[in-house]
Amino acid sequence: MDHKQVPSLAGAWLDGELPADSRIEMEAHLAGCADCRERIDAERAFLARLKSTATYHPAPGGLAARLSQALRAEETKNVVPLKHRSRPGISWRGTALAASFVLAVLLSGGIGYMGSLPASGDLITQQIVDSHVRSLLANHLTDVTSTDQHTVKPWFNGHLDTAPPVKNFAGEGFPLIGGRLDYIDHRPVAAMVYRHGLHPINLFVWADPAKTAGQPSVTERQGYNIRHWVQGDLTYWLISDVEADQLAALEALLRKGE
Amino acid sequence: MTERQRLGDFERAVLPHMNAAYNLARWLTRNDADAEDVVQEACLRAFRYYAGFTGESPKAWLLTILRNTCFSWLAKNRPADLAPLDDVVSDSVALADEGGPQTPEREFLAADDRGRLDRLIASLPAEFREVIVLREQEELSYREISEITAVPMGTVMSRLARARARLREGWERQHAPKAGAGMRGSHGS
Repeated sequence: MDHKQVPSLAGAWLDGELPADSRIEMEAHLAGCADCRERIDAERAFLARLKSTATYHPAPGGLAARLSQALRAEETKNVVPLKHRSRPGISWRGTALAASFVLAVLLSGGIGYMGSLPASGDLITQQIVDSHVRSLLANHLTDVTSTDQHTVKPWFNGHLDTAPPVKNFAGEGFPLIGGRLDYIDHRPVAAMVYRHGLHPINLFVWADPAKTAGQPSVTERQGYNIRHWVQGDLTYWLISDVEADQLAALEALLRKGE
Repeated sequence: MTERQRLGDFERAVLPHMNAAYNLARWLTRNDADAEDVVQEACLRAFRYYAGFTGESPKAWLLTILRNTCFSWLAKNRPADLAPLDDVVSDSVALADEGGPQTPEREFLAADDRGRLDRLIASLPAEFREVIVLREQEELSYREISEITAVPMGTVMSRLARARARLREGWERQHAPKAGAGMRGSHGS
């Protein structure tokens, strides 16, 4: 190696990035060449100055937050065109959550995309089952965890355009655990969670003036008892693995609790 | 995994590298607002591809997408910044810009070492600027830089060597003329 090659390799040598053969040649040359050692020292000093002096531009405060927001909006955007549906009055977070659920529903494979046709009662039943199972599997039973109906109800008011009735039936053996948003029949819905003993119970409620959810029904599917009824403009779905008569008892409480 | 879990996962992987992403974008676009736009666009892209990400280094992965987003942005908005790197023409020719006459504005801008070095880096072609940022500021290995910039290791090594040589030449040129002027002043006229 001669002097001319040293400058172009000096940086890589200082970085410890020179391939072994070049490194050995370089070190042999430096051992016998004071001029090049001096050049290397000057290069080292300059690089140290460059590293310590050049401006580092850290991300501005709030960028991460703006980014999170954009990501959630993006998530929603990906879904909304499929639905061609706008639901004014729903908070942005609600829409994003709803979007995440519709994606989950679409991706879960069991159902497939429903298109824009109104889902029949049977399809909704399947969505209710899937949603119930998912809420147990994903360790995502509640968005708001509270046994206090006065906490859960306002939470829904902030996230949905309909205010579902929220009541705690702890005295009757059905304590309220909390609530979350879910997505059923192409709309964000309120999901309230009760327990009976150790069994979680999901109650889905949404406004359905057109009664697209079908006739009241009592069914069993995949080992879960399901009850559906309509009260006023609201449609109710109860699902759990508790005994059928226990679920009927909760329905009676809910109907009376209005 | 639900979409929401995926989003949470993604944020845990990517948000810790916002400084690295912003710094590179800021150096490549040379502008705060554009840097933020590019970072945001890159992150949205990254999120779309996140399902396919299986690598070990989220930082390198994010920076790869970021620099590609930056270069697309430059091609659209600052095509002049992307004049092809000429491997034949001597580097000192391209440095002519830095060696122009000393105006009061230049003196002022170059008032301190940091301003001087920053200006020199900003004057480098984008491909040189990015290897300087990735090596000197992010301290990435040549292999990582090679993966991020999609050029062979040998090219990383030569670009880095040329970029550093330009910076050093510009740096010494800015210091030397003053000394030279002083010498001429004392011995001339």
